Amino acid sequence: MDNESQYSGYSYKSSHSRSSRKHRDRRDRHRSKSRDSSSRGDKSVTIQTPGEPLLDAESTRGDDRDDNWGETTTVVTGTSEHSISNEDLTRVTKELEESTPLECKRFVGPALGGCLSFFALVTPLAFLILPQVLWRDALEPCGTPCEGLYVSLAFKLLVLLISSWALFLRPPRATLPRFFVFRCLLMVLVFLFVASYWLFYGVRVLEPRERDYRGIVEYAASLVDALLFIQYLALVLLEVRHLQPAFCLKVVRSTDGASKFYNVGHLSIQRAAVWVLDRYYNDFSVYNPALLNLPKSILSKKMTGFKVYSLDENTTNNSTGQSRAMIAAAARRRDNSHNEFYYEEAEMDRRVRKRKARLVVAVEEAFTHIKRLHEDEVASSPKHPKEVMDPREAAQAIFAPMARAMQKYLRTTRQQAFHSMESILTHLQFCITHNMTPKAFLERYLSPGPTMQYQQPNGRGRQWTLVSEEPVTSALRQGLVFSLRRLDFSLVVTVTPLPFLRLGEEFIDPKSHKFVMRLQSETSV
Amino acid sequence: MTSMPGQPVTAVVQRIEIQKLRQADNLILGFSIGGGIDQDPGQNPFSKDKTDKGIYVTRITPEGPAHEAGLRMGDKILQVNGWDMTMMTHDQARKRLTKKNEDVVRLLVTRKSLEEAVKQSMGSGPRQEHCGTPSNHKLMH
Repeated sequence: MDNESQYSGYSYKSSHSRSSRKHRDRRDRHRSKSRDSSSRGDKSVTIQTPGEPLLDAESTRGDDRDDNWGETTTVVTGTSEHSISNEDLTRVTKELEESTPLECKRFVGPALGGCLSFFALVTPLAFLILPQVLWRDALEPCGTPCEGLYVSLAFKLLVLLISSWALFLRPPRATLPRFFVFRCLLMVLVFLFVASYWLFYGVRVLEPRERDYRGIVEYAASLVDALLFIQYLALVLLEVRHLQPAFCLKVVRSTDGASKFYNVGHLSIQRAAVWVLDRYYNDFSVYNPALLNLPKSILSKKMTGFKVYSLDENTTNNSTGQSRAMIAAAARRRDNSHNEFYYEEAEMDRRVRKRKARLVVAVEEAFTHIKRLHEDEVASSPKHPKEVMDPREAAQAIFAPMARAMQKYLRTTRQQAFHSMESILTHLQFCITHNMTPKAFLERYLSPGPTMQYQQPNGRGRQWTLVSEEPVTSALRQGLVFSLRRLDFSLVVTVTPLPFLRLGEEFIDPKSHKFVMRLQSETSV
Repeated sequence: MTSMPGQPVTAVVQRIEIQKLRQADNLILGFSIGGGIDQDPGQNPFSKDKTDKGIYVTRITPEGPAHEAGLRMGDKILQVNGWDMTMMTHDQARKRLTKKNEDVVRLLVTRKSLEEAVKQSMGSGPRQEHCGTPSNHKLMH
């Protein structure tokens, strides 16, 4: 039947009997009062299918409906510490599933490198000491030149030690999916080097018990020189080569389109990924999944479809034809959803600004209740005893008047998942301690800060997946695209080379700056 | 008449013949000119296109020879005695107009009202041609 009612945005009131419609209208009116203000403008009633959970993972969907919803729920303040709101629960579960067990794999590489370098540093000393220990009597005495060599050896070893400490003895910042090619290369080189030196030493010095001690000392000195050169090579390969910018990376977040451009040097894909992630935590505003959706009242209107009946006999290839016809029909229909989106967005802006104004005023007022006690003001008159508080108590004292405005503002801007009451109190205490103004206190909440601001420092680290069509140890080149995926969003990185600059020169004589007045003469003839 | 140098200019022109008047030792025509390729075209109040560097009539002495011959303020002078005036410096133009051995100057001038008059007359009836009516003239550069 054509006039069958469809459970969609529009035709809920179908052509049933009039009396039942009256009852339905009355019920609808009651029901619509409890819905949010945005649907009051509609003539239809949107029915929430009961299959959807009331509060999803971010517990923000509930605020789509009604700002007054927060009024009737219990608020977690400092006093009621036994109840835990749903937001805290979801956050805790998310943290639990995010944290992986502390991986010992992280430290294998550096441990190996450390052993190798220790071995390499001890080798020259071993070269010097072994002959003395084993066949001291047979050694030729070696006077001043040897002592000179000792001094130079000592200083070179010292320099090697200090520079190794400065450059390489750092906790690793990331675990890469494949081997770090340069580091592996260098470790292999050092190992081969030292091993070959030991081989030579063992065959030529230890076995025949070489008596020329000066030669041995020179041999040890040459090893130290070679180690210094390898360290120079390591410095250039690991630290210096990628400093000169060669490529421009465009990083786009897949969910909300936040993008940035970075200049990097010659790196492999995995190293470039680590580089990008370092900057991601500082430059990109925090990912807020609650900010992404168009309001449901707009999207649901699109779902009323046409039922397409095919009158032809053959129904073989009509599926694409049908869908295309439906899309075309939907496009031809007068579509006002852009209008509603515009007004909805304007309304949202207005609401946010109103809440922000209330919040700013409340915070300013709250801050006027407190002032810092200087040391010379300790002596107070007995008529006006001043209660001296530490920062935590002061924060708690002035938090109460601004809590409500703060909570409403956070709910309107969908930020309440990022700031718990406890964190707000801690921040307030921090601001009071450092003599910050209310505006400085509010800067954390008025704009979504970088992701770094919301990280809890735990030793577990963040799990990112590098998705790439090329092997990740290959170098960056033009047109490469890879993405860094996390659980709910990903960063897509595109590589373009920086343009080659042809700089020309033009010399301007400082005396060549001359000017004339513009002419407009009139002559009579 | 907006044109780039090197492009042909099409204009509706009027032929004006001015007899010079002898006053003391000078032969005067009774009008003032402004403009020229060495002048600032943006300050010309009469030109339609503010990049036009042509020679324009800026003032006319009432009851002077130019006024009697039919010259009006705001006219652009395109030719003087056959010499082209559209690419002249101000001084060259002045010299061409004040040659001491010439008693008569024959100008080709154009003004806005001529174009409109031609359009009206072309729209209404067959073209009428007699002395003094504006005629189309094509100038090549």
